[in-house]
Amino acid sequence: MLSDRYSIFSVLRESLRGHSGWGPAWRDAAPQPNYDIVIIGGGGHGLATAYYLAKNHGPLRIAVVEKGWIGGGNVGRNTTIIRSNYMLPGNIPFYEQSLKLWEGLEQDINYNAMVSQRGILNLYHSDGQRDAYVRRGNAMRLHGIDSELVDQAGVRKMLPFLDFANARFPIQGGLLQRRGGTVRHDAVAWGYARAADRRGVDIIQNCEVTAIRRDGNRVTGIDTSRGFIGAKKIGMAVAGNTSRVGDMAGLRLPIESFVLQAFVTESIKPFIDGVVTFGAGHFYISQSDKGGLVFGGDLDGYNSYAQRGNLPVIEDVCEGGMALMPRIGRVRLLRQWGGIMDMSMDGSPIIDRTPVDGLYLNGGWCYGGFKATPASGLCFAHLIARDEPHPVATAYRLDRFATGHTIDEKGMGPHPNLH
Amino acid sequence: MRINCPHCGERGLDEFAYYGDASVTRPDPASPTAMADFVRYAYERSNGAGAHQELWYHAAGCHAWLVVTRHMMTHIITAVENGRDFALKRSPVSKESA
Repeated sequence: MLSDRYSIFSVLRESLRGHSGWGPAWRDAAPQPNYDIVIIGGGGHGLATAYYLAKNHGPLRIAVVEKGWIGGGNVGRNTTIIRSNYMLPGNIPFYEQSLKLWEGLEQDINYNAMVSQRGILNLYHSDGQRDAYVRRGNAMRLHGIDSELVDQAGVRKMLPFLDFANARFPIQGGLLQRRGGTVRHDAVAWGYARAADRRGVDIIQNCEVTAIRRDGNRVTGIDTSRGFIGAKKIGMAVAGNTSRVGDMAGLRLPIESFVLQAFVTESIKPFIDGVVTFGAGHFYISQSDKGGLVFGGDLDGYNSYAQRGNLPVIEDVCEGGMALMPRIGRVRLLRQWGGIMDMSMDGSPIIDRTPVDGLYLNGGWCYGGFKATPASGLCFAHLIARDEPHPVATAYRLDRFATGHTIDEKGMGPHPNLH
Repeated sequence: MRINCPHCGERGLDEFAYYGDASVTRPDPASPTAMADFVRYAYERSNGAGAHQELWYHAAGCHAWLVVTRHMMTHIITAVENGRDFALKRSPVSKESA
């Protein structure tokens, strides 16, 4: 008998019989001639969408097509942070829905994603920045989300080794969301893949979409490297490649692709127990369960699909780290990599129908996609199944740029490299 | 990545500031379709994975605006030209308005 459901008992049983009973976590499905719904993109968002479609809107014949392998894109490249410390009305309920789903995710999908609510602390370094954080914290509390303003003494207690007396950027305090934290990102892809597979979803890997076929203005299916797959409805959840796949359906989107780098150091003993962000530059850091310090900062500020960045940004990120906690200068960098971000023109995502009938768009996640994974799947599934937006995602319309309803948290205007 | 500035020679990336897609042009505000044209101009981009024409400003150098043609997959730069020359080539100034 295969150990189908993961539990302490299945682990004990398998440990007694040489782990011979573990089956594959999901089937290696071959494409069927047609489906009710095809999701393009087997990343976190695509897999979550398939899972919530099957769970909440079934029975449906659903496939996820992925050009590479599950977990090889941005879901395995991010810095694993979850939080809901947003300020604008269109964003707050969505990200809070996501955080609530994270809190119950492991029980829901029967998979240990190592959801760890270790807290996220955004530091402030000036009176003006404190006021902005007070405002943000109050906006969160008005929506029933936890948020605390911590003064300098409080930060000292949490992180005594920070450079509080930094001449240019003295640390005055921080905004703390205790329910924020980190999740093991690979496990999110694998857990959703397994849970979707158990509900009958076909996960088709190594299957690259080459064209979106239409009859008039209605989609009929996709051409792929593994042949034609018919579909009544098609959902795109392809992150950095949103514009390229959209182009197959003649869409010109308010999105540009940029590379974002991330970094991990050699493993060290427990050092930082939560997520900390530097307020005077762009630098954020946490420590993985393996002990490596995981950190990142700004985008490389130019359009790119290269999945690798350049040295000036590495220097800038590391300078931010040194200004915040000089002692990390002794730690060696182990790895550095890049992922392609679908930067939207206002820094907020799009979950909406497209002008093509039966084609749905999930994109523009900028560099906030990972934390949004569960709610993105939930809301995109709702939209595809019912043809109407989920109540927490009504603001993520594709036409908001034309109507003036942009959701610009940073107030940068239509400059994707600055969000 | 290094950019070969026509005035200063090859310089490191950190001397330059990026502005974005150089292929978009400001529409005519008097056009009857001006509203839709400006939405396209301000927000919509082709964002392909091939060669990309883009504006860079040599902020820590000669302060020239440059139009750089760069490949999105490889970052290889195939052309750098003066922003002014690029703009004049695209929409020449007529003798009357010059």
